[in-house]
Amino acid sequence: MTQKIAVQVDDLTVAYNYKPVLWDIDLEIPEGVLMAIVGPNGAGKSTLIKSILGILNPIAGSVSIYGKSYEKQRSLVAYVPQKGSVDWDFPTTALDVVMMGTYGSLGWIKRPGQKEKKAALEALEKVGMLSFKSRQISQLSGGQQQRIFLARALVQNASIYFMDEPFQGVDATTEIAIINILKELRKAGKTVVVVHHDLQTVPEYFDWVTFLNVKKIATGPVKDIFNDDNLTKTYGINYKVSIQE
Amino acid sequence: MSNAQIEIQLIASIVAIACAIPGTFLVLRKMAMISDAISHSILPGIVIGFFITQDLNSPLLIILAAFSGVITVVLVEYIQKTGLVKEDTAIGLVFPVLFSIGVILIAKNANDVHLDVDAVLLGELAFAPFDRLLISGVDVGPKSLWIIGSILILTVTLVIAFFKELKVSTFDAGLSASLGFSPVVIHYGLMTVSSVTTVGAFDAVGAILVVALMIAPAASAYLLTTDLKRMLIYSICFGILSAISGYWLAHWLDASISGSITTMLGLLFLGIYLFAPNKGVIAVLYREKQQRTEVLLLTFLLHLKNHTEKRERHVNHLNEHINWQKVRSKTILDLAFKNNMILIENKIVSLTEKGDEFTSQAIDYIITNEDAQIEDMKDDFFLFRG
Repeated sequence: MTQKIAVQVDDLTVAYNYKPVLWDIDLEIPEGVLMAIVGPNGAGKSTLIKSILGILNPIAGSVSIYGKSYEKQRSLVAYVPQKGSVDWDFPTTALDVVMMGTYGSLGWIKRPGQKEKKAALEALEKVGMLSFKSRQISQLSGGQQQRIFLARALVQNASIYFMDEPFQGVDATTEIAIINILKELRKAGKTVVVVHHDLQTVPEYFDWVTFLNVKKIATGPVKDIFNDDNLTKTYGINYKVSIQE
Repeated sequence: MSNAQIEIQLIASIVAIACAIPGTFLVLRKMAMISDAISHSILPGIVIGFFITQDLNSPLLIILAAFSGVITVVLVEYIQKTGLVKEDTAIGLVFPVLFSIGVILIAKNANDVHLDVDAVLLGELAFAPFDRLLISGVDVGPKSLWIIGSILILTVTLVIAFFKELKVSTFDAGLSASLGFSPVVIHYGLMTVSSVTTVGAFDAVGAILVVALMIAPAASAYLLTTDLKRMLIYSICFGILSAISGYWLAHWLDASISGSITTMLGLLFLGIYLFAPNKGVIAVLYREKQQRTEVLLLTFLLHLKNHTEKRERHVNHLNEHINWQKVRSKTILDLAFKNNMILIENKIVSLTEKGDEFTSQAIDYIITNEDAQIEDMKDDFFLFRG
């Protein structure tokens, strides 16, 4: 079976203050997978996503989305940053944050109208947050804020979704709700890439995995490569015991 | 009111509006101190522009001053990026240096003209009406009114055109970048507008008041609303209000206009800081007191739920069992009774159906921390409003 390649990363090196945080990464993400990026803190997981999305400038290497540069393919890609990366005291409502997902397709200057509002309301409904649409975002719980971020990505109606730790600080119900939506996206043929921390849930949630620790350790189907050998290579300690416990 | 008085209030109000708009975004971006830096470091730009043109109202002054404002931001960011000092230190390093270059340039070369450090720092609104703009011999009004008026029109046009871009890049720079709205471009756009506004305003109101007009109205508005558009409108209104009331305060005290406007801004913020309905100090203290009471109420209800034996629920012995003082026990008992959560029969307290349900829901919420459980309780009780 030959799958189309959704995201291709070639020889990517990214440095902060001349210290490489990602080193010579080659990565192919096939279309239609639900992929976890795992690795210890400081492994460059968020950096990898940000570099693919052109938020950070790599010092070497290239990225292509369906064969073309990210700048040409923006409309195919949606991004969910880490929840902690924004100021939730910002004066705005849940609906308004979701509407921001439509800004990309509008381009500069043009304002969102009824069509965009309708799409945002639908996305809010999908994540079960419609009744909170007028709520000020600081009045939402951590799980609700994460759902709002997910709704904002859904409204972009993209082909590829990048999510930076969507399960951080959310309760169990929200985690299940989010993973169900991600699985639905995969069923619809979308590609979903998630920075993930909880190794225990990888086999249950994902079908594809990338091990990362500054260098790429391994990438492939969970059933083939999610094993003690790769975990040990990535985390530097023997994982055999902890996983089986 | 004389013409001059009307003109002064008009200039002050327009300066206030022109400052409130970029000020709102500076406050939300936690960059209030940058406006202080810009307001001082534009001085060398103004002085050099003056040497070239020999005219304090030349547009070249505004361009050069705005340029030195942007350079300030670039320098601060560059020093900060090296990781050797923090942002506030970088700001504290850059602007005094640039400002002092301006001071030395004035002292060496411009002692005989109307460009002195006092005027730069404090401005003199009272003299603004004397400097008229003549177009082919016809008096069309004070020059500073035209300058700041043009800047205001530019600012309003930009904020209307790029409102959505400003909003998304301020709230979430990462998303903004991924959508193709470069946060860097928007950041420097805002810095340029802030610099131009500062230059246009400082001649009339001085460098210190410019900072006050940018930050205080926005900070006050932030405490009153949870909507960005409203925050902009409130900031503008507060700016105008302070400008006009400040003018009359100065008139009454026979004092500096810019000083009086700044005083009004300070008083306005103090009032809102204390009395704002949700975020004000008094509202917060009141809410905390309510929450304390409700935690106590819940403790009491839980005690009733956990104990079926009568001696644990006797009105006269309750305080001993929960280890509370009499007054506190009485308050909580009254509160529970008022809310129909308990029944008292023969001095034995027991939970009503409502009280029982409330207690279970509240405990569920505290254990699971899931909001859905308490949606319908939120209106009744402060405790669950987060």
